[in-house]
Amino acid sequence: MPDYDNIRQQHDMGGLDKGPVVPSAHEIELWEKQVEAIMRLLSMRKDRIVTVDELRRGIEELPPELYDTIGYYERWIMSLSNILVEKGVLDRAELDARVQELEAAE
Amino acid sequence: MPHDDPHAHDHDHAPIEADGPQGYYQHLAAATRSLLIEKGVFSAGDMRAIIEKIDERSPALGAKIVARAWTDAGFRERLLAEGKKAIEAEMDIDAVAADIVVVENTADVHNVVVCTLCSCYPVFILGRPPDWYKSYAYRSRAVRDPRGVLREFGTEIDPAREVRVHDSTADMRYLVLPMQPEGTEGWPEDKLVEIVTRDTMVGTAEVRAAG
Repeated sequence: MPDYDNIRQQHDMGGLDKGPVVPSAHEIELWEKQVEAIMRLLSMRKDRIVTVDELRRGIEELPPELYDTIGYYERWIMSLSNILVEKGVLDRAELDARVQELEAAE
Repeated sequence: MPHDDPHAHDHDHAPIEADGPQGYYQHLAAATRSLLIEKGVFSAGDMRAIIEKIDERSPALGAKIVARAWTDAGFRERLLAEGKKAIEAEMDIDAVAADIVVVENTADVHNVVVCTLCSCYPVFILGRPPDWYKSYAYRSRAVRDPRGVLREFGTEIDPAREVRVHDSTADMRYLVLPMQPEGTEGWPEDKLVEIVTRDTMVGTAEVRAAG
C-alpha cells in the first residue's frame, strides 16, 4: 500500500494530527481585507479572471516550506499574483518593480 | 511577527498560522492592487464596496435562517432541499458564490463542517471564518477525531448520536441547521435568533436556551 502520509501534498492535511484546536481572536487587518477583496472582485466577474479553484491550486503549488511559514492571506496573495502573471494580466517585471518602489518608499 | 532572519531564534519552526505585518507580502498585495486598478480591472471604489459588503456579513444572517427554519416547516423543507435557492428567494440574502448545502442536526445525527484542504466557508452567510476554522489543528483532526475536537470546544456529543463531518469545497459550502433546544418551542423568531451562535452553525457547538 502506498505510504499516503509521505506522498500527500502539504495542504492535504485531513486525517493527520496537527495538535489541539486553539480558539483565537485575531482581528483581520486592512491589507488582508484588501487581498480578500481583490480575490472576490476577480472571481465574481462574469469573465472570472481568477476562480476560487485556481486560487487554491496556486496555494497548493507553493513550496511546502513556504506554505508552512507564511500567514493565511500571505498564501492568498502569493497564489493570486502568480496566477495573474501566469494569465498575462500582470507582468512579472512590472509587479516586481512596483513592489520595490513600495519598499523603497518606506 | 517579523522573520527577516528565520534562524535568529532557537525554537522549532512551528507553522505560523497567525497573520502579522510582514513587509514583503503587504507590499506584494499593494502592488497587485494598484496595478489592477491602473489597468482598469477594477476601481478603488469597487474595492471599498466589496470590503463593506463582506464586513456587513455576520453570523446574525445565519441565525435568521435557522430561526426561520425552526418556526416555518415549509421553509425548513425547502432549505434542506435546496439551500442556496431557499436562502436567496425567501430570506433576501445574496449568498453570492458557491452552492449552499444545509445539513440538519437531529436526535440521531450531529453534523460538523470543515474544509480540510483550505478554508472554504459560507462567508456571505456567516461572515469571515474564525481563525480556528483555518487552523491546521482543526483542518487535520476534524475528520479524524471529530468528537475529540468538539470536546476542545466544550461540546460533548452523546455516543448514541452519529457524528457526520462534511468537508467543504470551493463550490460547495455547508451550513448546519442546529437542533432547537427544548423549552424554546413557541418562541418568536427574533428571540430565537439570539440563541443561535456562529459555532452552532459550523457544528462545533449546540444551541442552548439562554438563561
